[in-house]
Amino acid sequence: MHLIEMGKTVMNFKKAFGVAAATMMSAAALTGCAIAKTSSTAGNKSSDNTIRIGVNLELSGSVASYGQQEKKGVVLAAQEINKKGVKIGGKTYKVKLFISDNKSSTSTAASVAAQMANSDKIVAQVGPAATAYATASIANLTKAGVPMVGPSATASEFTQTKSGQTQKYAFRACFIDPFQGKKAADFMYNTLKKKSVAILADNSTDYGTGLTKSFTKEFKKLGGKVVTTQYFQSGDKDFNSTLTTIKGKKPDALYLPGYYTEIGLILKQAREMGLNVPVVGADGMGSPKLAQIAGKKNATNVYYTTHFSIKSKEPEVVKFLKTYKAKYGEEPTTFSSLAYDSVYMIVDAAKKEGEVSSSAIQKGLASLKNFKGVTGKITMDSKHNPQKSVVVEQMTNGKINKAYTVK
Amino acid sequence: MKKNWKYNLCWLILMVAGFYLINTLMLAGVINTFIENMLVTIGINIILAVGLNLVIGFSGQFSLGHAGFMALGAYATGIMTQTMNTAGGFYLSILVGVVISIVVALLVGIPTLRLHGDYFAIATMGAAEIIRIVINNMKITNGAAGLFNIPQFATWDVVYIFVCLTTIVTVNFIHSRDGRAVISIRENEIAAEAMGVNTTKWKLSAFVLGAATAAIAGSLYASYLQTIVPSTFGIMESINILIFVVLGGLGSITGTFVATTLLGVLDAALQSLGVLRMVFYAVALIIIMIFKPGGLFGKWEFSFKRLLTKKQDGDMKEAGKESK
Amino acid sequence: MQTFFQQLINGLSLGSIYALLALGYMIVYGISKLLNFAHGDVYMLGAYWGYYTINYLHFGFITALITAMIVCGLAGVIIEAVAYRPLRNAPRVAALITAIGVSFFLENGMSYLVTSDTRNFPQVIKQKTFDLGGVMISNIQLIILVTTLILTLGLMYIINYTKTGRAMRSVSTDYDAASLMGININHTVSITFALGSALAGAAGVLIGLYYNSIDPLMGMTPGIKAFVAAVLGGIGSIPGAAVGGFLIGLLETAVQAMGFSAFRDAAVYIVLIVILLVLPGGLFGKKQVEKV
Repeated sequence: MHLIEMGKTVMNFKKAFGVAAATMMSAAALTGCAIAKTSSTAGNKSSDNTIRIGVNLELSGSVASYGQQEKKGVVLAAQEINKKGVKIGGKTYKVKLFISDNKSSTSTAASVAAQMANSDKIVAQVGPAATAYATASIANLTKAGVPMVGPSATASEFTQTKSGQTQKYAFRACFIDPFQGKKAADFMYNTLKKKSVAILADNSTDYGTGLTKSFTKEFKKLGGKVVTTQYFQSGDKDFNSTLTTIKGKKPDALYLPGYYTEIGLILKQAREMGLNVPVVGADGMGSPKLAQIAGKKNATNVYYTTHFSIKSKEPEVVKFLKTYKAKYGEEPTTFSSLAYDSVYMIVDAAKKEGEVSSSAIQKGLASLKNFKGVTGKITMDSKHNPQKSVVVEQMTNGKINKAYTVK
Repeated sequence: MKKNWKYNLCWLILMVAGFYLINTLMLAGVINTFIENMLVTIGINIILAVGLNLVIGFSGQFSLGHAGFMALGAYATGIMTQTMNTAGGFYLSILVGVVISIVVALLVGIPTLRLHGDYFAIATMGAAEIIRIVINNMKITNGAAGLFNIPQFATWDVVYIFVCLTTIVTVNFIHSRDGRAVISIRENEIAAEAMGVNTTKWKLSAFVLGAATAAIAGSLYASYLQTIVPSTFGIMESINILIFVVLGGLGSITGTFVATTLLGVLDAALQSLGVLRMVFYAVALIIIMIFKPGGLFGKWEFSFKRLLTKKQDGDMKEAGKESK
Repeated sequence: MQTFFQQLINGLSLGSIYALLALGYMIVYGISKLLNFAHGDVYMLGAYWGYYTINYLHFGFITALITAMIVCGLAGVIIEAVAYRPLRNAPRVAALITAIGVSFFLENGMSYLVTSDTRNFPQVIKQKTFDLGGVMISNIQLIILVTTLILTLGLMYIINYTKTGRAMRSVSTDYDAASLMGININHTVSITFALGSALAGAAGVLIGLYYNSIDPLMGMTPGIKAFVAAVLGGIGSIPGAAVGGFLIGLLETAVQAMGFSAFRDAAVYIVLIVILLVLPGGLFGKKQVEKV
């Protein structure tokens, strides 16, 4: 009985599939082979005196707080440039921003990129902040021939195609995870002289896992020992139990690849339970919020790899810190500084090529050399990764009191 | 089936005409990448929502784990097309995704379909989260970083054909004898059981068919966007699909089509509003549900049969009035 | 052993937060059969109320806590009246969608108004850590534990021994019969929402103080965890919701202590599914009789 019934079901499905297949075959026959594709274009060109830059950022959703930071940097850069305008090919240009929210979603990031390239006629895009969303927008931008600068897309695969070639239109302003993780391991082993380390990493993004991988590899190569690797999710607030476990393993130091929102809490809870070993982190920690969330007293014996030190005497940095503070009443974060540089990189590329068009900016970005940004002196390599030096900032009582330059 | 050939032909013509319309508009340059992107997203969402409507609207099982099955399809395609970079490999990966998700749906469904209402909802939500967390910690899926550079085989025409295919299969299932058994469970499970309907079996069939279509949608999503990350397939994605279904009307495939299209267009049109977009979206949701608690279309379906035989219906109504 | 007790305290303090949220979730669910997705966001409102009143009006801890409970209670009543009451006789899933709508509205509305940046909560109570033979416990952890216990007992008193509580119980058993008995349904549902949301408001301030970090999306995950806790304990049982909350807190802690931190949430869901399969009504749930 049961078998017969099952058989009937299969029959019914077969019938349904039969109908469907017949329908589709006739549909295919009718349409023939001329299936249209939206055309690829050779990019946009400015027809008036504006540099149209699309800003595709996570303004809502899970990583909104980083997208919001980057928006601040972009807006500040545009404002500064527009004060005087910028001379390109004998004409004075102003920057016009098209800011859209990608909702921290891959599909929306792709849609926003398509809209800005096709409807708003942007010549370049800044953003998105997280690698996954940045990668999702590459296909549509490549189709439209518009270059993008991902301020904080750190995964090494971001600028590469599957076969290992460079994505023609994808650039970034930050260093890649393998590089930063390696430098952190180097600093941990050679400068801090710590040989056994526990890792507590953000497992919800490529950032935390990517850094963990490269740090572990390098640290083991140097002869150090990783006693345990534990994970958390972005948005977590309670780390007490994991930290208790880690404390039981008695590490000499902690490596915490993640963002300030969670690392601040980890610092607070670690110090409160008496886990006072040195902490090394990455550029995602670079925010004044870190010390505020952790509490000043707890933000001691903390080091993180980053792009520039706020102690720096470089004129670009001094000026940036001053104007940023005047406009927003707070210190900039790594995210806002990288986004700020991204805008200048685009404008600089156009200036160098003497033309405001997507193709010129693409060329200019690919051959960017010794560009003096806030986040360091940037030279673009053949894989569209900026080559710049790493700085390690040391935090004591919530204040940056020392900076090391790591070669 | 012979007596319905006229209406089936109407549907066929409609589908082919739709295809031609998009094709022509694209050739004419009216549809640019942005609009194509919007249409493909709507198409994928339709496949997801039709499948979920089968589970919630027709069999009455409140599932909150649709995104988990979508993830299975997406990762099957993402992983397989890395090594099999051909159209054949892509279609094979869809098949594999469907098979995996059928197996998982059986594993999840057989024990949990005994649960009722919200208990079933939270169990499926939990199952979907488990799938996501496992994907997030596996090596072959590249963990939280997800998969990039997935070759693009799912162009708009492929998605269009799959929307038609899955809808035809689902609608035929609903209209078959089995479909009536499924609907009878929704109406009254105990009465259906008393009439000899094997409720567990039909609940499971609907759930499995819904999961299979979700896997297809996932494959198309992965191949069209070329980037997938585990965080995409979280609880919020399941909820978004649920919104399409409820807004259109539980038990109305027509409603699902209209609601998904409407929200897709609205979402794209409000794109440049930034954060405020989601505020408007939220207000729209609340207002629509307050004024149309049964969804936009309730259980109403568009039908060529009714359209073509409307006159007769009208006559009969008249006759009915007179006899009163 | 020392580590074990330390982890036990970690688990209990995490669990008490889930319990506090689950209690509010449960009483609202018990009376309206509504999966109130916005519950976690009301908790977020409570945290922001605490943030602004302490920072700008210089409220003390107790004042901030009590005013947050009042304000969130009011917010709950308004949400119920605007978004849920018109749908009381509609299909339940319709009310679920409005609940999601309210949740989206609160999250994104707050992101728009105060930006989605994480903020540090003003530390009105100085944190002190007591060392009990190597086991650390802070005064704030104690405050949270005690507050949760007081509020649970208070809630049990209201529901079991007052006239309003009796009205709430009868409405949750049978709407129509209760209204025939002269119970004002609208009034009773409003009071329930006020109570549930007030608990969420209290949780918001406590958690802001404990973790020192608040943001507009902070309610999402705990809201879902609270739902899980309420289902685990058994819908309709106050001690059940509290036990469910503590259980999840302990379970998460145990999984992390064993070094499987990456699978923490998966473990919670597996336990949930297994418990539901063995006890379909949750741990303390009432057995439901199916009527034909």
